[in-house]
Amino acid sequence: MATSSVSKGCFVFKPNFKKRKISVPVEDYFNKGKNESEDSKLRFETYQLIWQQMKSETEQLQEELNKNLFDSLIEFLQKSYSGFQKNSKDWGCQIKLREIPTAALILGVNVTDHDLTFRSLTEALQNNVTPYVVSLQAKDCPDIKHFLQKLASQLTGCCVDEESKEGSTQVAQKKTHCSMDSLSSWYMNITQKTDPKMPRKKRTSSSQWQSPPVVLILKDMESFTTKVLQDFIIMSSQHLHEFPLILIFGIATSPVIIHRLLPHAVSSLLCIELFQSLSCKDHLTTVLDKLLLTTQFPFKLSEKVLQILTNIFLYHDFSIQNFIKGLQLSLLEHFYSQPLSVLCCNLPEAKRRINFLSDNQCENIRRLPSFRRYVEKQASEKQVALLTDERFLKEEIQSLLENLHAYHSNYFLVLRCLHQFTSSLPKYPLGRQIRELYCTCLEKNIWDSEEYVSALQLLRDYLLPPETQPLHEVVYFSAAHTLREHLNAAPRIALHTALNNPYYYLKNEALKSEEGCIPNVAPDICIAYKLHLECSRLINLVDWSEAFATVVTAAEKMDANFITSEERNEIIHARFIRAVSELELLGFIKPTKQKTDHVARLTWGGC
Amino acid sequence: MPHLENVVLCRESQVSILQSLFGERHHFSFPSIFIYGHTASGKTYVTQTLLKTLELPHVFMNCVECFTSRLLLEQILNKLNHLRSSEGGCSTHITCETFNDFVRLFKQITKAESLKDQTVYIVLDKAEYLRDMEANLLPGFLRLQELTDRNVTVLFLSEIVWEKFRPNTGCFEPFVLYFPDYSIGNLQKILSHDHPPEYSADFYAAYINILLGVFYTVCRDLKELRHLAVLNFPKYCEPVVKGEANERDTRKLWRNIEPHLKRAMQTVYLREISSSQWEKVQKDDTDPAQLKGLSAYTHVELPYYSKFILIAAYLASYNPARTDKRFFLKHHGKIKKTSFLKKHEKITSLVTLQLLTLVGHDDQLDGPKYKCTVSLDFIRAIARTVNFDIIKYLYDFL
Repeated sequence: MATSSVSKGCFVFKPNFKKRKISVPVEDYFNKGKNESEDSKLRFETYQLIWQQMKSETEQLQEELNKNLFDSLIEFLQKSYSGFQKNSKDWGCQIKLREIPTAALILGVNVTDHDLTFRSLTEALQNNVTPYVVSLQAKDCPDIKHFLQKLASQLTGCCVDEESKEGSTQVAQKKTHCSMDSLSSWYMNITQKTDPKMPRKKRTSSSQWQSPPVVLILKDMESFTTKVLQDFIIMSSQHLHEFPLILIFGIATSPVIIHRLLPHAVSSLLCIELFQSLSCKDHLTTVLDKLLLTTQFPFKLSEKVLQILTNIFLYHDFSIQNFIKGLQLSLLEHFYSQPLSVLCCNLPEAKRRINFLSDNQCENIRRLPSFRRYVEKQASEKQVALLTDERFLKEEIQSLLENLHAYHSNYFLVLRCLHQFTSSLPKYPLGRQIRELYCTCLEKNIWDSEEYVSALQLLRDYLLPPETQPLHEVVYFSAAHTLREHLNAAPRIALHTALNNPYYYLKNEALKSEEGCIPNVAPDICIAYKLHLECSRLINLVDWSEAFATVVTAAEKMDANFITSEERNEIIHARFIRAVSELELLGFIKPTKQKTDHVARLTWGGC
Repeated sequence: MPHLENVVLCRESQVSILQSLFGERHHFSFPSIFIYGHTASGKTYVTQTLLKTLELPHVFMNCVECFTSRLLLEQILNKLNHLRSSEGGCSTHITCETFNDFVRLFKQITKAESLKDQTVYIVLDKAEYLRDMEANLLPGFLRLQELTDRNVTVLFLSEIVWEKFRPNTGCFEPFVLYFPDYSIGNLQKILSHDHPPEYSADFYAAYINILLGVFYTVCRDLKELRHLAVLNFPKYCEPVVKGEANERDTRKLWRNIEPHLKRAMQTVYLREISSSQWEKVQKDDTDPAQLKGLSAYTHVELPYYSKFILIAAYLASYNPARTDKRFFLKHHGKIKKTSFLKKHEKITSLVTLQLLTLVGHDDQLDGPKYKCTVSLDFIRAIARTVNFDIIKYLYDFL
């Protein structure tokens, strides 16, 4: 590609996307190796079904948990709205300060979950209170001008009826220089135009209100600058009679931030009420309850896996979204790597599928450690039959699966009884096994009572750990290390592996090499990286460049006719410079003033 | 026309100064007048009432709303336009980008018949915001009479003294007028003036007396006091309404209202609870002490590792660097063992929560420095939840 240009310009040539990228369907990933590709399509479908069900369960849960909060917020908004409409001839109303009704919503430090909450809140408000609901984020509003612009553009997007189409052109002009006055006049236009008798497309109850208030949600209040907030509140409080505004502050820490961000003169313009959302720990308990401590879903997590997920939650981020993502990852990984997961579905379907198990799958079952233990306990004739006769095996599997299912329903029943039994005790922490231990330890005064002995009996009979049950590997996912690898990434290790051993990721046969050797055809950055590993704290760029050139020229058998050796040297030099800049970007080296033409090495060892 | 003294109380000397400055309608007045005083000392109210009562042509602008100079200038011109064509002619929106245009358009507009022979007043409220706008606005407005060669006077209302306004390059010095704070007698008079129609003036005046007795030490703001007066008046009238006392039983009424006012001072005055909640409490007759104010909710639940990062940040922020060796040579087992796998994410999230703030230059990308912004009580509460005695490690407590 050439350009004709007089000046030394820089041109960008974009590749043409004539060749459409062929995306591999997800199911094909399940056909990994011969052993694990059994029933891959069925496993994938089962995974999808279970995940859909789990997802809708969590969404329903979310709605229910938010219900209380949203209902109280809606009540607050309705009360404030009626305050707006109150007869202003009342003596009290004339003299009192006209305050902006404000809801301070304490949501907790898991800021990643807030987005979802705000989306559902916006929907709930639009259905019940007013169509004019606007959300703003601090990063979009560095100053008051952008604040008002974003507010105006979202407001005009709120009304989607026919009437607004004429008004939209004039408002688009106002976008360039919008002010509080233009917002007030927009509001007056829009509320005069809407005739309550005309049928509306979407909103039902909110259309009955004559002039619905404008609700402004500030999603992350801590991040807003004081000046922007102050100026906006002062301005809008002066225009309150023509632009009825209600504010909702999304607060992650505590309401003290309001007094920290706003001086008394400004917070006295607000009428603030507090609303708290459910604590995230309680949310986690409910999620666990609905998704795992139930026979509704056949999929279960082993103790270690559950520990990892709850530890990430409790120790790192309190994020329910990430917990659910971890759960989805576990589910996918289980169906991907365990060929017997084809039986991990509801009991009637599983019994049906047993009949279609291939010989390979039967062998897989025979190899399960829990099944082997089971076989050892049987009489010798039965042992032989189980190990050789496919039909007999399948019948046995049917009854084993039924037992597993019964085990689970009893387990959770008794667990819940025990929980109810001991729930009035102080200090019961989260987690099934821990909770039970704690309870039994604390209950000193019922050591001798009959109920305790019978409870202990129940425990012994029904609350056996799942590892004792045959065929438990079918439904239990226990590859904790895989999960940890995926969720707690170690970028340094990955980088080192990629640079040191490019075959691991690129899977190019030519890149295979023994330990310590550098394949000449490796990418430039790998060669530069390997060379730099042999250097000490300060690396001489000239030596490095020469070593690089040596390695690279050994690889290339370039056509001598094509390029002169000088050009070739220049190309290699350019490649070296590129590789060095990439290493600098990744943080392995940095320029230093201690010696000229040297760079300082920043990392040692593997990571 | 309502008499000025009935509408504007306790500001006789200021009103008379202003009136003598304005002079007759067609007289040229002083080009710029700077009025300053504390909040709620009547600057806006007196100016507006004076101009309206005397029916002088004026334009009232609040500089808070004008975050660009263009907004300010255009709004002044458009409002003037409305003034001159108040007979009902349709008005086109005037656009104006610079002060130069403003002067030119201003001269055009004030040529109109209705505005020709009298002083036009431009009032700029919250004038301290002018200092943050373009540098030529303030000196321009100070000299507007001279620049436009018209009969115009600009009034600046502000809470900040003139010395903080004066630009370095010099300007035309305005006439400076100070509105002193209202004395307690003035406040009594003004507050008792607007009594509810159902009750006698004396009854209300006695109530105001009690109110001022409780609040005057902490609050002199007239707007705030009026608001509090209205909020608490129903409680004051309660014994009378219930028939337990009549309007003259001052002692009984005082005994009823005084503890209530004291509680109001700690809650609704500080905006710990909202005024609507306060009214509800009074109506339902519940004990206001049960309502928890905003400051009661200080507890923030943080993930485990974030607590340690915060504690470490607090120690790093408040201990001098040379003392670190002394405290941390023998590593506290817990801090060393925790593997900060997601350190970066957590630091960013702590900054988002405003528990840490970035100090130093923005362009120091490779070595950002943070400072911990939480209070000692907060960090002690957090340290207690992880069994870490932070006081032992703080230099200030040795």
